[in-house]
Amino acid sequence: MSARLEELIACPHCDAVYHVSEPKMGERAVCGRCHTVLIAPRRRAGKQIIAMALAVLILIVAATVFPFLSIKAAGVANRSSVLDAALAFSSSGLLILLTLAVAALIVFIPIARALLVIYVLGPVVWDRPAFPGALRAFRISEALRPWSMAEIFVLGCAVALIKVADLADVSFGPAFWMFGALVVLMMVQDNFMCRYSVWKSLEK
Amino acid sequence: MEIAGKVKSAREMGLVACRRCTRVWPGGTPTCGRCGHRMQSRDTTSLQKVWAWWIVGMMCYIPANLYPMLVTRTLVSTQDNTIVGGAVELAQHGNYGIALVIIAASVLIPIGKFIAVASLALGVRQGSRLSSARRQQLFEVVEYIGRWSMIDVFVVAILSSLVQLGALASIAPGVASLFFALSVIFTMLSAQSFDSRLIWDADSDDATTQPSVNPSNPNGVTA
Repeated sequence: MSARLEELIACPHCDAVYHVSEPKMGERAVCGRCHTVLIAPRRRAGKQIIAMALAVLILIVAATVFPFLSIKAAGVANRSSVLDAALAFSSSGLLILLTLAVAALIVFIPIARALLVIYVLGPVVWDRPAFPGALRAFRISEALRPWSMAEIFVLGCAVALIKVADLADVSFGPAFWMFGALVVLMMVQDNFMCRYSVWKSLEK
Repeated sequence: MEIAGKVKSAREMGLVACRRCTRVWPGGTPTCGRCGHRMQSRDTTSLQKVWAWWIVGMMCYIPANLYPMLVTRTLVSTQDNTIVGGAVELAQHGNYGIALVIIAASVLIPIGKFIAVASLALGVRQGSRLSSARRQQLFEVVEYIGRWSMIDVFVVAILSSLVQLGALASIAPGVASLFFALSVIFTMLSAQSFDSRLIWDADSDDATTQPSVNPSNPNGVTA
């Protein structure tokens, strides 16, 4: 095979090398050996991803402040926001580490990823030269991907709800529904993004 | 995608691939010229890192099960609950479904993960009865499920911030929550350190795989 290097790509999972022929919009190129999706371009994906990232930002800020669960038993009531949940560990020394970790996993890392994506894709979508450090920003955003755990937190709410259901009356607050919408948005956003196309566009 | 003949790995072609952005460079290039990611044809210290994180993860998992995860205070009593103890108590109250979910999420999945990562790492050195495709699947499942173990820590956080009803009832986090969170983080790092390309190297050597790349397949399924 005597192709020029920039026309080749290698599957990140199994190292198989392919000669790139870009699939049409809406189609996918899949590694023939380990079935990893390599290229999956979508029409107008850039603008949609930016719109979703903005929505994610607004929702996270709102969902962090408003209560997401409230509880009532024998006349005593309490409600909890995401901030309260993170601070739940702050009462005793070592557990403060957990406060930081929980806040990072469900609030700060998702926010950071949304900001990085806007920074990277903004100029690309409007046909401007990429901002300085865009490649690095996108690399960091990709590295943070497994550590963004908002969707796990939402399921955690449901489990907590079941656990205290027979102890007291529990109901979802506005933030729970915001977080629910957030999770759907974040998953759609991840599926829309064709990493190959982003790297390719930043290269120019 | 086009491929001439059988699937060749970047290493067999004397190239090194960037695992972040899939660009290919001449062998020996230290960092990717496109995205700046560090590149290695094969991560030679991969297995060492896997085992190091694996052991630390296991060391945290043991106290996570011995110490209380939740401390519940009610009018009449104070109660410490370990992970398994909490599930047993739920079962005694007749909540078998939830008890099963908790046992699955905090005992079966973490232990399964330890076993899966260990067998993947051992498989690279000693060969495995599972095919490469199966082992790749196993690796992806481990990477996907690993994060979800964090749900336990979140549940503790939610419960202890929510159930603060003065003298009536209150819940506080136990030490085990910290160990459990650390164990989840370390096993995630262990799985991330695994260089999955090592799974496929044995295959490339014996040239039995037939490539079947279908470039324009809307469903993304290759034959």
